[in-house]
Amino acid sequence: MALTHDTVLEQLRSRFPEAILHSELSFDFLNVEIQPAQNLEVLRFLRDELGFIYLTDLCAVHMPEQSGREIGVVYHLHNLEENYRFRVKAWLPEAEPVIATATTVWAGANWMERETYDFFGVRFEGHPDLRRILNVDHMEVFPLLKQFPLEDTTREDKDDRFFGR
Amino acid sequence: MSTVKLSEAPEGLQGEGFFATSLSKVIGLARANSMWPLPFATSCCGIEFMATMGSNYDLARFGSERMSFSPRQADLLMVMGTIAKKMAPVLRQVYEQMAEPRWVIAVGACASSGGIFDTYSVLQGIDKVIPVDVYVPGCPPRPEQIIDGVMKIQELVKNESLRRRNTPEYKQLLASYGIE
Repeated sequence: MALTHDTVLEQLRSRFPEAILHSELSFDFLNVEIQPAQNLEVLRFLRDELGFIYLTDLCAVHMPEQSGREIGVVYHLHNLEENYRFRVKAWLPEAEPVIATATTVWAGANWMERETYDFFGVRFEGHPDLRRILNVDHMEVFPLLKQFPLEDTTREDKDDRFFGR
Repeated sequence: MSTVKLSEAPEGLQGEGFFATSLSKVIGLARANSMWPLPFATSCCGIEFMATMGSNYDLARFGSERMSFSPRQADLLMVMGTIAKKMAPVLRQVYEQMAEPRWVIAVGACASSGGIFDTYSVLQGIDKVIPVDVYVPGCPPRPEQIIDGVMKIQELVKNESLRRRNTPEYKQLLASYGIE
């Protein structure tokens, strides 16, 4: 059976009537929002039953205006046999960004989760070695959260008047 | 037909069969024309440096024929490119491993000031972690500019006291960076 947007969604909805919260097509690409507490069951089902053996990417987005669901963890999945891709998203509250680790489903999630922790502070429960991977170890902020400025805060030579502030 | 240009003899007393000058001038001349650079190339300025080393521009004309990839034997640390904050301790360790006398040249906007990368992950100039003798502006600088920077270093080497490391200013400078 060839995978299409409809078949994937149909299978997910019939198997997890509660965990699938929302779905949409953007640029002919399927996005499925799931309940964060059930992410492992859904992901494992996708890998074992629907053949999404390859986790292309795991990252996060920060939407400060969505109160209570500010941080979205995004899984980009790929079925190599069918060459079908889609995205799975789980939204977490910024105050408590905790989700179960996907390293038990795809070993490749290890460094991607470390990167997501490094930049967004998402804590992946059960991750074997959750520490910063790209930024300096002593960094105190999660720099891609929007409350932290992009520019280097140690600069003393920048006069705010010349930057319209 | 190529002509080999010899460096000018320093000032001194000359007579029949002898030439006398101060030791510091001779050593300065020798040091300046036999610099061993350590290229610390992290991005596009490093590519310009490769052109500088190549036959068209040929840094070897200035006595810097031999790149030293061991900091222990290098005289001149050439930092070319963006230094991320995670790289800063590595750069500092390389500098600390170099034996005196040692000089540092920051090539390009990134090494000098962070350049366009005014961001949380990039060191805003290598002079935040190690002392710098000469800054070469440009993004990236042309090979002529890099050669000019090396020639500025040669002038420093010729005119500095032979044991710069013993001067109180130099000790104070290193102490301000916390380098022993």
